Amino acid sequence: MRNSLYKKSIISINDLRRDELELVLKKSAILKKEPAPNLLKNKIIASCFFEASTRTRLSFETAICRLGASTIGFSDGNNISLGKKGESLADTISVISSYVDAIIIRHPQEGSARLAAEFSNNIPIFNAGDGSNQHPTQTLLDLFTIKETQYRLDDLNIAMVGDLKYGRTVHSLTQALAKYNKNKFFFISPDALTMPNYINDMLLEKEIAWTRCQNIEEVISEIDILYMTRVQKERLESTEYANAKSKFILNTKILQNARSNLKILHPLPRVDEINYDVDYTPYAWYFKQAANGVYARQAILSLVLIENHF
Amino acid sequence: MQINKLQVEAIKCGSVIDHIPSQIGFKLLSLFRFTETEKRITIGLNLPSQKLGKKDIIKIENTFLSEDQINQLAIYSPCATVNYIDQYNLVGKIFPKLPKTIDRILICPNSNCITHDNFINSSFIFVKKLDKNMNLKCQYCEKEFSKNIVLL
Repeated sequence: MRNSLYKKSIISINDLRRDELELVLKKSAILKKEPAPNLLKNKIIASCFFEASTRTRLSFETAICRLGASTIGFSDGNNISLGKKGESLADTISVISSYVDAIIIRHPQEGSARLAAEFSNNIPIFNAGDGSNQHPTQTLLDLFTIKETQYRLDDLNIAMVGDLKYGRTVHSLTQALAKYNKNKFFFISPDALTMPNYINDMLLEKEIAWTRCQNIEEVISEIDILYMTRVQKERLESTEYANAKSKFILNTKILQNARSNLKILHPLPRVDEINYDVDYTPYAWYFKQAANGVYARQAILSLVLIENHF
Repeated sequence: MQINKLQVEAIKCGSVIDHIPSQIGFKLLSLFRFTETEKRITIGLNLPSQKLGKKDIIKIENTFLSEDQINQLAIYSPCATVNYIDQYNLVGKIFPKLPKTIDRILICPNSNCITHDNFINSSFIFVKKLDKNMNLKCQYCEKEFSKNIVLL
């Protein structure tokens, strides 16, 4: 199998074709079963977090360690001399690219990862989140978890709940699942936080069914995946938040009519949108989903850095 | 009796951007940075036009616009024509075609887009919508905007 991801920067889930997604998922499954500790021995990978994101950073760095590579970098852009001295992102990336084999970048501004790829002198860039835009490795781990639990990525009923307006994870996951066949989406959110039109339009153009629903109970008996996200208090008026909060909190009672194969996913951190007693049901999969992040990131790192992978 | 009178002085050599919708001439001058050149520029505003009712016109001496520049005119001025003049004679006439990407000249309306920093040039692609309207998508932040929002 030809590895078309070799030396490719991973900036946006939209840049990956379906066969490339499949390649990552296949490799993730292999690495989960058969760890390959020396796969990236002698490689050095920079982990450049211009804003703090503990979970993503640790997941990436764990993936690097498990593959036998070394890591350099920083975990908070406020504490590095680069920013304080006023150096541009382009110059920073240009310099770091001369030290390492790949760069992982997390940055608060949208488009920063694509910009970095233009100045990295062909050193691959991994986008670990650029503002509210893309977080492709999160989507890859979401896809991996869905495939692992449902054994397919086609013909699924997926409900997405919470902040669908600003939540980049639900945007990217919808874009990725739209590359597959016969998936059906249910969007459940407060009126102020509905899915953006460009996502709805994309589904319409691809003739993919989607429905807006008022609450989770409406669809619980029909869905295979329930993707919960946090409704952010600061995004809503206080009365609107109070209403939204009561409508979109998942509890075990709501799950009474769930399909046996249902899995609940959440990009984490959870605040109060999933009751803790849900954790003890067979549907709760969000912590296993987070653990899968390491395998998905191991897969994408190794595919980008090793040409003859299979 | 037909009166043949030029509304704006003829140029000996260079480019004439004609049939610019009125009120757009000044915008084009600044967007395309024609004002930053040392070349002699003549501009006519609100001139009578059979095609448009009123039109603007820009004449730039000793400058021949590139195909890329001409096509980028199409977003603001789809009916414009660009005439190449040599020795007061018309030697070429080009009709702008909507390009695939619009680079440099537009500003991304997303204030958190990286193109606002780092002296990076903006880049947009056209996205045709189901209702046949055109949206512009920033190639960096991937946000999509209706054409009117970006062209303001």
